Amino acid sequence: MGRLTPIAAAFALMLATGAGAQSLQELPNSGAGPATAEDGVTTSDGGAMTQEEAIAATPDDPAVVPSAVGGLANAGTMSDAALGQPLGGYNIQPQVTALGKRADGFNIALLSIMAVVTLFVFGLLAWAMLKFRRKSNPVPSKTTHNVLIEVLWTVVPVLILVGIAVPSFALLLDQYDPPEADVTVKAIGHQWYWEYEYPDEGGFAFDAIMLSDEEAAAANEPRLLATDNRVVVPVGATVKVLVTSVDVIHSWAMPAFWVKMDAVPGKINETWFNAEQTGVYYGQCSELCGTRHAFMPIVVEVVEPAQYAAWVAARQEDAGIDPTDLVEEEIATADEPDVPTVDAGAGGEMSDLPTADTAPPAGTVVEQSNTESAPTN
Amino acid sequence: MATAAPTEFTAHDGDDHAHDADHKPAFFARWFLSTNHKDIGTLYLIFALIAGIIGGGISGLMRAELMHPGMTVITQFTDGNIDAAYHMWNVFITAHGLIMVFFMVMPAMIGGFGNWIVPLMIGAPDMAFPRMNNVSFWLIVPAFLLLLSSQFVPGPAGYDGAGTGWTVYPTLSTYGHPGPAVDLAILSLHLAGASSILGAINFITTIFNMRAPGMTMHKMPLFVWSVLVTAWLLLLALPVLAGAITMLLTDRNFGTTFFDPAGGGDPVLYQHLFWFFGHPEVYIMILPGFGIISQVIATFSRKPAFGYLGMAYAMVAIGFIGFVVWAHHMYTVGMDVNVKLYFTAATMIIAVPTGVKIFSWIATMWGGSISFETPMLWAIGFIVMFTLGGVTGVILSNAGVDTYMHDTYYVVAHFHYVLSLGAVFAIFAAWYYWWPKFTGKMYNELLGKLHFWIFFVGVNVLFFPMHFLGQDGMPRRIPDYPDQYAGYNEIATYGYMIMAAGLIPFFLNIIVSLAAGRKAPNNPWGEGATTLEWTLTSPPPFHQFETLPEIK
Repeated sequence: MGRLTPIAAAFALMLATGAGAQSLQELPNSGAGPATAEDGVTTSDGGAMTQEEAIAATPDDPAVVPSAVGGLANAGTMSDAALGQPLGGYNIQPQVTALGKRADGFNIALLSIMAVVTLFVFGLLAWAMLKFRRKSNPVPSKTTHNVLIEVLWTVVPVLILVGIAVPSFALLLDQYDPPEADVTVKAIGHQWYWEYEYPDEGGFAFDAIMLSDEEAAAANEPRLLATDNRVVVPVGATVKVLVTSVDVIHSWAMPAFWVKMDAVPGKINETWFNAEQTGVYYGQCSELCGTRHAFMPIVVEVVEPAQYAAWVAARQEDAGIDPTDLVEEEIATADEPDVPTVDAGAGGEMSDLPTADTAPPAGTVVEQSNTESAPTN
Repeated sequence: MATAAPTEFTAHDGDDHAHDADHKPAFFARWFLSTNHKDIGTLYLIFALIAGIIGGGISGLMRAELMHPGMTVITQFTDGNIDAAYHMWNVFITAHGLIMVFFMVMPAMIGGFGNWIVPLMIGAPDMAFPRMNNVSFWLIVPAFLLLLSSQFVPGPAGYDGAGTGWTVYPTLSTYGHPGPAVDLAILSLHLAGASSILGAINFITTIFNMRAPGMTMHKMPLFVWSVLVTAWLLLLALPVLAGAITMLLTDRNFGTTFFDPAGGGDPVLYQHLFWFFGHPEVYIMILPGFGIISQVIATFSRKPAFGYLGMAYAMVAIGFIGFVVWAHHMYTVGMDVNVKLYFTAATMIIAVPTGVKIFSWIATMWGGSISFETPMLWAIGFIVMFTLGGVTGVILSNAGVDTYMHDTYYVVAHFHYVLSLGAVFAIFAAWYYWWPKFTGKMYNELLGKLHFWIFFVGVNVLFFPMHFLGQDGMPRRIPDYPDQYAGYNEIATYGYMIMAAGLIPFFLNIIVSLAAGRKAPNNPWGEGATTLEWTLTSPPPFHQFETLPEIK
């Protein structure tokens, strides 16, 4: 996929949302055409701006978008050092999906159980070392068997493990039980960047390349984590991610969503998330894929549905996709013959073909089924 | 019949023979054409020591690079070419993993201590196939040379060396590495695997057939049990690796497409084959350690191992279960949910026999009369580290949790706690425990304890923060990282420095002991050391047990 198309699309989008107003001054050569085309969107979208977006749109920092980057195909959300990226601490990153919160809580429960087990073992060990040192116990006992205790230390761990297995299995089963998808994103691993497609929105596509250290600093984003283009998804929507690769195995990982799925050439893996909070979320490729394995980050920008709709409209506009075609025909084959339509919902993990759900997400569908959440610390 | 006369005769004959045999072969014949299990064991230990220095040195470069964000160290080897430095990093992680697994831990545990001690413990004069034993050792030397040379021939376009990780996953190892470096690495693994298979056949035959009269299977020392189980794992697992890497070789060179989706192949098939070998492999590395720890703890507690049968069969159980849990290394490749449920359950079950072993070691100490010589310190350190590594293993076994942890530093911390701190602590325990027997010289107790304490502190400072990095999401195998990870990485590198400092008394001890060590008695450890090797002189005669010992 070419780099020019997404850049131009990104530019159009920034004009549309007003977030990229300041970058326009730095990029006088970039397409002036879309500006007028998207005027209507700008006004209709104005009321849906979040606070972060408003901050992003404030042109008080003229270096937000350096000229080296052709323009950011994102919805302008500012990254938050306390959310969606490493915190430099010892905890799991704050989770923004119901399943992530639940898994985080389960991990803390497991850690607590394991801490008790460890302390118990260390306590016994320390006691044995103190009580039975040669000075205090010069004559060793002759005991070499005790059936009761041997049965106990076999059965009790089994019971603990069964106790762990029950919630563990429930968690795993729920991770594999996605609701019907509102948005489908296809993530394609390359050496060494990610390419994204939105098959249900007409199949527009773009690449996400890591920002250089200087670009990231200028954009006030974390080093080695930021990309020029971002995956933009609506908040509260079930997002299906189809993951594959065209060369070697990569892995699409998003810690804040408790998501990690390998991108294997020749097959399409499926995973999903439902982010409950807007923001910018960062992940890194998590399968060794060659020289620049460490430098193909993953960025997901979760925005309000209206912003998402505007973003999609801008991308469609840029890619020459007429949204009305998609709605009327209810299939996406007009522009993208390689995107098939399937009527059944997603079932297993292994590559059900993407459903052609063309309606933009109407509202926030927040998952409430799994609310065994834990504090996000 | 009249047993007295033949015994007399045999003993007499044996004495004569021993007299002759103490005329050891000349240097070249003794060390290069060796058929003596003790000499081959010594060769293996020297080899493992050299490989460990190289593998540990590479990890030192890696820790130095990771100490601060940005590329600061490896670029100095690449004239500032940053992409070359990134690739060199991948070559380093690959070499570190392969060297430590195949050329340090396995040769030390099985080739070194197994070769030296198993015949002594079962009252056998030598291994069943002494010449094959020699072949085993001399296959691993060219294997190591092949691996080292792979770093200096082209791998991916423009760079030298195999940067595939020790797992050598396709399609990175096929499509991603067109140069011959990966071929050399594959051939290296073939040779190392053949060496281990020959060794495994030798151990199984020796243990089944050459035990002294009266030593039933259930009277064998636990170290012999551990080597027996390990040998079976080697024999059953390594051919699978050999098959997998042969398919990789033909994919690379002869146009097959076993792992290439373009020809109907599947890269994930390789992962299944690799981990069908790879998971037993991690038990191959730790099981002999279990045996060593059992001997050391019983010796210094002056008490026989608690729950002997439970201990022996726990190892058999671990070996068996080890073959049916492999896909827990692959939780994120896109497996069916039912498969993940099964592998979660099967993996958790391993905690039961390992728990039995931990509790039995503590029960062996319970009621004992414990002294804390250096080998005992290492053994207790082993229990501490292995427990910590084991409980994180239980957490990782949960497929639903592993989604987050997979391929992060949490996993790195986990397997270094069970291997670097488990297997290596066991190797050091064995090193000090049998040093007087091997060399006939006592080591310096103060230097030994200094080695333990500095190393113990160092590795914990080195590896414990990696749990935090993993929980914070830091991926494995990256040469540069987002700045948020800087703090714990710096601490970890300080830990490496402490650990490296801990090795100074270790090497000093070797020199001091060999040069000026006190002469070791037959049994320096007293009444707790009940196995047969302590009935022999220190060092043992060139050929021992020409009159087979009787076990009551």
